[in-house]
Amino acid sequence: MLAVIFPAAGHAQDRTMPARHGGLEAKLEYCKTCHGLSGQGYMGYFPMPRLAGQQPEYLEAQLRAFIERRRTNPIMFNVAHVLNPSMMAALAAHFRDLNPRPFGGAPRGSLATGKKIFEEGLPESNVPACSACHGTEGKGQNEIPRLAGQLYAYTVGQLTGWRTERGQGTAVDTSAIMAPTAHNLTRSQVEAVAAYVSYLQ
Amino acid sequence: MHVVRKLEVMKRIGLKIAILVMIASTGPVWAGDGDGAGVRNCTWCHGTSGQGYMVAPRLAGQRPQYIESQIRSFHERTRDNPFSKQYMWGAVAALGPNAAHDLAIYFAAIAPKPANDGDRNLAARGRTIYLEGIPEANIVSCYACHGPNAEGVREIPRLGGLAYFYLKGRLEQWGQGYHSGPGSPMPMVASHLGPDEIEALASYLSFVR
Repeated sequence: MLAVIFPAAGHAQDRTMPARHGGLEAKLEYCKTCHGLSGQGYMGYFPMPRLAGQQPEYLEAQLRAFIERRRTNPIMFNVAHVLNPSMMAALAAHFRDLNPRPFGGAPRGSLATGKKIFEEGLPESNVPACSACHGTEGKGQNEIPRLAGQLYAYTVGQLTGWRTERGQGTAVDTSAIMAPTAHNLTRSQVEAVAAYVSYLQ
Repeated sequence: MHVVRKLEVMKRIGLKIAILVMIASTGPVWAGDGDGAGVRNCTWCHGTSGQGYMVAPRLAGQRPQYIESQIRSFHERTRDNPFSKQYMWGAVAALGPNAAHDLAIYFAAIAPKPANDGDRNLAARGRTIYLEGIPEANIVSCYACHGPNAEGVREIPRLGGLAYFYLKGRLEQWGQGYHSGPGSPMPMVASHLGPDEIEALASYLSFVR
């Protein structure tokens, strides 16, 4: 019995901030440490995506995808696997209502090309218009993510690494729909469209 | 054994602070102008080849943009921990942006040597916290910003191989309310770290090459 109690007590002593445990406020602060104080995103060693204004269904779906390893990301697996469904819902609802200015910093050389791809797609390469699903303002809907104001480096990373990060394993994953689209975009087309959406408010 | 090691460290720090005080008191005389003089002014405290000297962190191999941003934050007095106030605010007073840039490039190009002065028994725990954080306690992963090998990027510093005492001191100071540059998430990060976690992280990082 003692052997059970003592390690537990020692473990509790390691934490000198017990007041910060558990609550929604503390968890939001934890998210915002990496994703920016207003959820606008942040450039660490890796780009941390904008969560502000994101569709709650998309955020919750991605958190589940990290836990189930349909989406591979060692950091986000650790982050997500301690969250219960009601915490996920509360976090997603909070970020939906934030509206900071876009993070900025994307190259501006091919914004016109990006806009064209976003609005019209590339029929010759079988790339549909992004706006068809993500909305004319790039705000997304339901499980389809908002792209407006997303970090340039993040969007480039996702579109160029879709097949190695998204839709892993054998379980059904709605992100599979983007695989052929991402595949048919050239690197410079990816950069153009990522830059364009990064400036959308 | 732990106590003995701490006493050793404290003795070494005491001596080095004495040296720093002597040097700081002559500050205005050697405010940088030429190339060689500028470098020498740094290496007095930061060690020959910029490898660091206890409270004065290693500059060798540090991210050049980070070095520049810190010089700026000393100028603007946004980095306000006691040693910064005491030594660095004065030390950078005569340093213009071009000289700061040249010094940053100079030191960044020198190969860093790890301090290896942490507690080896804590290194494995420190590595786990570095990579994974402690999600249950809202402690974030260091790796997400500082990189897989603690090498840093852009204005985010290299942590690998910095001295145990320096790393520990910085993490403690953020928790106590001292600042670095504007917009740094570090005060928020460090406020969640307890003493055991700080010692483990500082130990691990001191061994990273």
